[in-house]
Amino acid sequence: MTNISQTNPVLDVKNLAVTLTIYGRPVPVVTNVSFQVRAGEAVALVGESGCGKTMTARAIIGLPPDGARVGGSIQLEGRELTTLSKKDRRKLGGSRIGFIFQEPMTSLHPTLTVGAQLCDTLRTHLDLGRKEARDRAAQLLDRVGIPRATAMLDSYIHQLSGGMRQRVMIALAVSCKPALIIADEPTTALDVTIQAQVLDLLKEMRSELGLAMLYITHDLEVVSDFCDRAVVMYAGDIVEEGPVASILTAPHHHYTRGLIGAIPAHDEDRKRLTLIKGQVPPLGAWPAGCRFAPRCPRADEVCLKHPALEPFEESAVRCWHPVELKKKETSTLG
Amino acid sequence: MVKQTTASSPLLQVEDLGKTFGQKPPVQAVRGVNFSIAQGQTFGLVGESGSGKSTTGRLVLRLLEPSAGRVLFRGNDLGKLGKKELRQERRHMQMIFQDPYGSLNRWMSIRETLEEPLLVHGLLDPAGRKQRVETLLNEVGLPKAALDKYPHEFSGGQRQRIAIARALVTEPELIVADEPVSALDVSVQAQVLNLLLNLQESHKMTLLFISHDLRVVEFMCDQIAVMYLGQIMELGPRKAIYRTPQHPYTRALLDSIPGRGKKELPRLKGEIPSPSAIPPGCPFNTRCPLAFDRCFREQPALYELSPGHVSACHLAEAEGQPQGRPNNIAMSPGTGA
Repeated sequence: MTNISQTNPVLDVKNLAVTLTIYGRPVPVVTNVSFQVRAGEAVALVGESGCGKTMTARAIIGLPPDGARVGGSIQLEGRELTTLSKKDRRKLGGSRIGFIFQEPMTSLHPTLTVGAQLCDTLRTHLDLGRKEARDRAAQLLDRVGIPRATAMLDSYIHQLSGGMRQRVMIALAVSCKPALIIADEPTTALDVTIQAQVLDLLKEMRSELGLAMLYITHDLEVVSDFCDRAVVMYAGDIVEEGPVASILTAPHHHYTRGLIGAIPAHDEDRKRLTLIKGQVPPLGAWPAGCRFAPRCPRADEVCLKHPALEPFEESAVRCWHPVELKKKETSTLG
Repeated sequence: MVKQTTASSPLLQVEDLGKTFGQKPPVQAVRGVNFSIAQGQTFGLVGESGSGKSTTGRLVLRLLEPSAGRVLFRGNDLGKLGKKELRQERRHMQMIFQDPYGSLNRWMSIRETLEEPLLVHGLLDPAGRKQRVETLLNEVGLPKAALDKYPHEFSGGQRQRIAIARALVTEPELIVADEPVSALDVSVQAQVLNLLLNLQESHKMTLLFISHDLRVVEFMCDQIAVMYLGQIMELGPRKAIYRTPQHPYTRALLDSIPGRGKKELPRLKGEIPSPSAIPPGCPFNTRCPLAFDRCFREQPALYELSPGHVSACHLAEAEGQPQGRPNNIAMSPGTGA
């Protein structure tokens, strides 16, 4: 994990914008999003529902919703994806990006066996014969910790438990030795002990295959010992970006701060949780200036202008009044 | 006649509660569960899917008929009450469900939703009902204008506030909250948790709080029971459970909280067995990293480790006193918190 910052990025997203068409009206859902993921690095994309994190991921894999317009640039291992033809993009994305969805029940095929789905992917992207593909599929299932792997090739998704389904998803995602894995809340639907198993497996896969990983989550703590950096999104904007450790312990943006304060802390006799008032604004009803301003305890007239994402201490933050690590809260008295 | 509680007895007492669904094969959802809740306390039931925590909550409110055991609420055995008496008691026990989209009647305005329990129980006159509904709406943080709107006009968090107001409108003594914040976003979840705490203080309510989220349970509850395959594995005051857990399952659960666990036990292998095929001996023996031969032969009794803290593990035998059932020892007023 040394010198991550010097290697070329596996994924380089610049000024990504996604606009949906709702009732014939253009509605922006992601605006001006730029970030990079380097080889061997895991980046958490954090936010609540409606913040645009899943739309960002769908734009990267080239599966935006119908009628969506995607602007900006997405480079995978130095190749621009947005200008590729649909066919080329599918070929490149299918083999170089592995995707793990939140709900394997709806993202895996219900009437094809596990083996058929794996072999199909393997034979589409790698030059393998029928027999080779089946052997490789069994190896993959074994690797992701599925017992009796060869026999399991002939089972259907509905016969598997939630944890096992997610293991099949992971096997599929890594089957073609991708450069990048995008995981969209892969453990949210799982029980805690199974979530821990799946996170361990992802961690192993990541170091074994040297994968770059983009991990989408609403709960930063879940990935705190898993990801290196975090990108926090709010209402289609990146509001803060930096090392996970510093974002968790000393967030600069008031939204990030509220998000972390909302998680009950361990073994503390805290009587109440820190609150962010209100809720995420609905799509198409974002405030004009800083989009967080109506909910922000620190907002004033400056916040009527949209702030830029600027470097601040170890991180980057989109805020006119970032929380300062050094001066702490006492400075507000003066 | 319906008895009133005396100051010393717990508000809710659950004795050897059991529930079996179906026949071929029978699903043993809840087995031999004992606990009691003192007035004003929050009692947490925590466990993974299939642990029987939701079924227990429903048995307590008698939304399901138990197959075994009994539930004493305010000293009355709910199983012995007639239909009419049970309906009277229901006024004092209410429920908040997980899914705020499915639990509100979409054809009823918020005013109708909140007034209905009062009408069912024949409480207050029209002016009094109006007053009560408006006060509660204000207490859960919604504007008066919300009264004439319908559920679809509200977000998930607002709907959950409405569901809470509806549960409180008859001034119940016990509220069963089944995963009340699991469907909500983090920032809204925090708002609803704080609201529940505020209301609990102002209304002096007793709460049975069911959740799979160990962080939320720690924040909310005074007493906690950890369930696995229909049984209570460990029960005790919050600090005992989180600081000095004894049962390997409790320890594994705490270790599984990402970014937090002490990781002193190896990661649990495998998955939860089906409640229709519970292993003999200790139900946790298929996954327990510390299991030894006795665990496969003999089901562990509950051992008391410290006042109010019990664990169903053979390894606790050396440390603790044998204890038949947890409700006999728990919840004298000093054991909380």
